[in-house]
Amino acid sequence: MPLSNSPDVIVVGAGVVGAACAYYAARSGLSVTVVDRGPVAGGTTGAGEGNLLVSDKEPGPELDLALLSTRLWRDLAAGLPDGAEYEAKGGLVVARDAARMTALRAFARSQTAAGVTAQEVPADALHDLEPHLAPGLAGGFLYPQDAQVQPALAAAHLLRASGARVRTGQEVTAVLTGASGEVRGVRTRAGDLHAPYVVNAAGTWGGEVARLAGAHLPVLPRRGFVLVTEPLPRVVRHKVYAADYVADVASGSAALQTSAVVEGTPAGPVLIGASRERVGFDRTLSVEALRRLAAGATELFPVLAGVRALRTYAGFRPYLPDHLPAVGADPSVPGLLHACGHEGAGIGLAPATGLAVARVLTGDEPPLDLRPFDPGRFTGVTA
Amino acid sequence: MARTPADLAGAEPDPPFEITFDGRPVPALPGQTIAAALWGAGILAWRTTRRTGRPRGAFCGIGQCFDCLATVNGERNRRACLTPARPGDTVTTQEGHGHDRLAV
Repeated sequence: MPLSNSPDVIVVGAGVVGAACAYYAARSGLSVTVVDRGPVAGGTTGAGEGNLLVSDKEPGPELDLALLSTRLWRDLAAGLPDGAEYEAKGGLVVARDAARMTALRAFARSQTAAGVTAQEVPADALHDLEPHLAPGLAGGFLYPQDAQVQPALAAAHLLRASGARVRTGQEVTAVLTGASGEVRGVRTRAGDLHAPYVVNAAGTWGGEVARLAGAHLPVLPRRGFVLVTEPLPRVVRHKVYAADYVADVASGSAALQTSAVVEGTPAGPVLIGASRERVGFDRTLSVEALRRLAAGATELFPVLAGVRALRTYAGFRPYLPDHLPAVGADPSVPGLLHACGHEGAGIGLAPATGLAVARVLTGDEPPLDLRPFDPGRFTGVTA
Repeated sequence: MARTPADLAGAEPDPPFEITFDGRPVPALPGQTIAAALWGAGILAWRTTRRTGRPRGAFCGIGQCFDCLATVNGERNRRACLTPARPGDTVTTQEGHGHDRLAV
């Protein structure tokens, strides 16, 4: 049974990437329906910290996407209600010893050449920026472009601002195709929805949606825990993390990795990350991961040893083998677009992804070179 | 005379003892929570909110809402509705989260 008022585009996934796709597609004059089997921000979006980072990215396509997104988030934040908790707080990366400081300096220099603003902070000036930082650190770099949002609220506000029709609690069970294999819509338990374009913004579950359409996208889950403290006054001003974090992000290892990432929130709690491990969709609480998060955070900020951790949450970063998202048209299924696989950077990369998808939908020039994100790169078939 | 919960339950508690609230003596019965003792003394608020300093006391009374946080014997963020009163307990009004001194 077809539902009435067929839209121009169906976006599968009501996370932040789906919301950004809906927002920019709608602004381009397209009518959009967003479907999700759960609630808004019920997947990886709601399980993140809301980081909008350039500091952790080496020069390359992902950094280009992040730099564009940073500018777009600033514009979006100006138009969204304060409830999105956008904060242009800046990131502070600290090095434990001289060797790590040397490596960080080289990394920051390469980023600066790619358009990132990075300011070296000598050891004796770290405490002017973060009074509670542990003594004895070798120095750091300040990245003023790093920012933060409350991810679930940001996705919800973006979705509302898009004006898209939102169908939550409706799992897509099939992608409908026509005689020549082109996309015709999606099937949900509530009925069929017809549209000439379907955008796969299903995040960690993007591989499943691709499979429903007869396409191939090897999205894998990479689990992460966040430890949440009791509400505090502002004790951490920036997003502060140890330089080791960058190496962990880029690693392909399946084993548990943790590096200290600490930040305050407007609501009060301090969020402590970041752990990475490839264990499938296993939600079992890992005491070892939490122990390491707590140890790493108190090493950076000894003051945190005197406050309580109230809760923890886990999420699954959508991870593609080369650590780049899939953004653009599917090479084998006409009408199918992908916007998923952003790993732990989806909140930050959402606006540029959404804008690029909208440009592809309208046949306009994308805002940046999308070839590195070609969804066909895993099958050898290019669009 | 008004009937008290103790009358209704037919309770025969041991003799009362004293705790203090912001330096003022407050009677408490064995087994009573701090919130119950404060209510019994007509005290309804023992915390102020983080942002606007509004008064807060017991709301749910069963440990779920965390509105009744108080500083007890110097330890902040104790749920007054779950914490049994002990002789000599010192309860003080808590400002916000009780961590103001950490602010930077």
